[in-house]
Amino acid sequence: MRKVLTTLAELVLVLLLVSFGVFLLVALIPGDPAVAILGDGFPPEAYAALRAELGLDRPLLVRYGDWLLGVLSGDLGSSIIPPQTDVLDRILAALPVSLQLAGMGLAMAIVLAVPLAMWSASKPGGVVDRIIGASMFGILSVPAFLIGLLLVLVFVNELGWFPRAQWVRIGADPIGNLHHAFLPALVIALSELALFTRILRNDLVTTLNEDFILAARAKGMHPVRILVGDALRPSSFSVVTLLGISVGRLVGSTVIVEYLFALPGMGTLVVNAANQGDFPMVQGAVLVVATIYVLVNAGIDLSYGYLDPRTRRAHAA
Amino acid sequence: MSRTSSPASRPERGTPLLAVRDLRTVFHTPRGAVRAVDGVDLDLAAGETLGIVGESGSGKSVLGRTVMGLVTSGPTTTITGSVTLDGSDVHALSSRARRQLWGPRIAMVFQDPMTSLNPVKHVGTHLTEPLRLHLGLGRRAAAERAVELLTQVGIPEPARRAGQYPHELSGGMRQRVVIAMALACDPDLLIADEPTTALDVTVQKQILDLLGDLTGRLGMAMVLISHDLGAIAGRTDRVGVMYGGRVVESTATTALFAAPRHPYAEALLASIPQLTDPPHTVLRAIEGSPPDLVAPPQGCRFRPRCPYADQQCHEEDPVLVDLGQPGVPHRAACHHPLPVPARVDA
Repeated sequence: MRKVLTTLAELVLVLLLVSFGVFLLVALIPGDPAVAILGDGFPPEAYAALRAELGLDRPLLVRYGDWLLGVLSGDLGSSIIPPQTDVLDRILAALPVSLQLAGMGLAMAIVLAVPLAMWSASKPGGVVDRIIGASMFGILSVPAFLIGLLLVLVFVNELGWFPRAQWVRIGADPIGNLHHAFLPALVIALSELALFTRILRNDLVTTLNEDFILAARAKGMHPVRILVGDALRPSSFSVVTLLGISVGRLVGSTVIVEYLFALPGMGTLVVNAANQGDFPMVQGAVLVVATIYVLVNAGIDLSYGYLDPRTRRAHAA
Repeated sequence: MSRTSSPASRPERGTPLLAVRDLRTVFHTPRGAVRAVDGVDLDLAAGETLGIVGESGSGKSVLGRTVMGLVTSGPTTTITGSVTLDGSDVHALSSRARRQLWGPRIAMVFQDPMTSLNPVKHVGTHLTEPLRLHLGLGRRAAAERAVELLTQVGIPEPARRAGQYPHELSGGMRQRVVIAMALACDPDLLIADEPTTALDVTVQKQILDLLGDLTGRLGMAMVLISHDLGAIAGRTDRVGVMYGGRVVESTATTALFAAPRHPYAEALLASIPQLTDPPHTVLRAIEGSPPDLVAPPQGCRFRPRCPYADQQCHEEDPVLVDLGQPGVPHRAACHHPLPVPARVDA
């Protein structure tokens, strides 16, 4: 329990730093939002007025304080690009798409990676291990957009198994939504799958050489039961860590997949906002993604205590 | 299928339990074929205890694992000869049938209790798993039996210990857990592979005494593997001395201590420090190092380190021959066995 509390306290501090970092980063992006809005050949008075309206004439720290107060009260401001929609509304529309994609993709990757890694590791250097290993390197070496394009060509254009229509909200039509999300999630899953399989396979091979595995065998346990019941948990540190990093990465940066499948996710939102100099939108979106990233990794941190009871003691002391 | 743990199911004391014939375990490595076990014969009766002694690298641990069937023939390993446990050839069985031996028939105590328990499993789980698997006990019954087993191996507060993780126990306690794990399904034969090597000296004796006590009380046969003759003295009926993958001397433990016939056994005995030695006596070590099992020396394998070696030892590989009295077999593989000191009968 104490571990959870200290982790929470750390989280608040980290998120505060993240928010300042995000703010600073966006403020330092070259280019003047006012110029971007006004376009060429504007009168100087209009420029000054717009800067005042956007609050850009005030000192950086004052603007940060203002923004932070807004964020804490749930107000991320509104877009400076017409129509001047509410940033939070736009994010709340895009975030579920990204979360679903990342979630489905990672779930597919893990569900496939665990048995593949176990199969590989059960006979290191064997035929199965080599075939799986080579396939994973193959997947890793092909860029995601190429795999995506191929999948679209074959399964959407040729076979017509999957729709290429508008995104369907999961609330509106769950089956249609899953149908639509399957291919993009698969593209995401493949590269993660390759990574997870390699990492988990290597850790499993190491664990399987441990004495306690031999001891488990000597008790007459079935090899598959030993793999699942004895070897998997002590071997899962790296892959769980990687999983946490992947969640954060995927929520904010699946632009290519979103573009390929015309999905209105966070990646598209951020990229468009950045291109248009829509700084409140970029700030809000990056802050949300960063928060998710930090939260997920804090959860991963706490899960180590479950994965290895020995780490619990270190924090309790 | 599963046997109950009643003593009635145990082979009667003295009936043959284990027969190992010309056992060879060869590992194929990039360096060449490593003959870790190179033609070993062993016999063990039910309830009997046998010590296997030798230096590191003499093949004794591989012997233990091959007898158990944990090492099997495969792409990198060749096993020839036979291991017959209670009538069935361990290496001819299917892997499924072999797994059914492990626990109720034959069990192993491993060397390092720091690494032979799963760090993420409760102590109790290590014990309930084999109980449920082999004896078909339910969750509750297995948990109760696990506490009994922990009590049996002398762990205080067994119920609380069962709910702890291995890292919360001391090395000696963990080795007791490993022993309890091996005893769980009441095996006929226990193979203890250097059970005290990784422990503090003060704990070593406790663990050895525990093993001796348990085997005696449960009527279990035991193969006690150790590099330390002192560990074997007084705790085993018979002893086999291993050198370079072979048994070079085999006899009753008392007979070996009274009069070793093989120079290697003599050297091993001489290297045990004696309490009666005057202070600052230099420990006697055996010069040289154990033979390379890829390319063992020509002739007798101990020849390069043997003070008695001559031309014959260089040319001929000695075989085990019985040098003992009628009724007291004492076999040694040496061209120049040491003489038996004249006995002074009381």
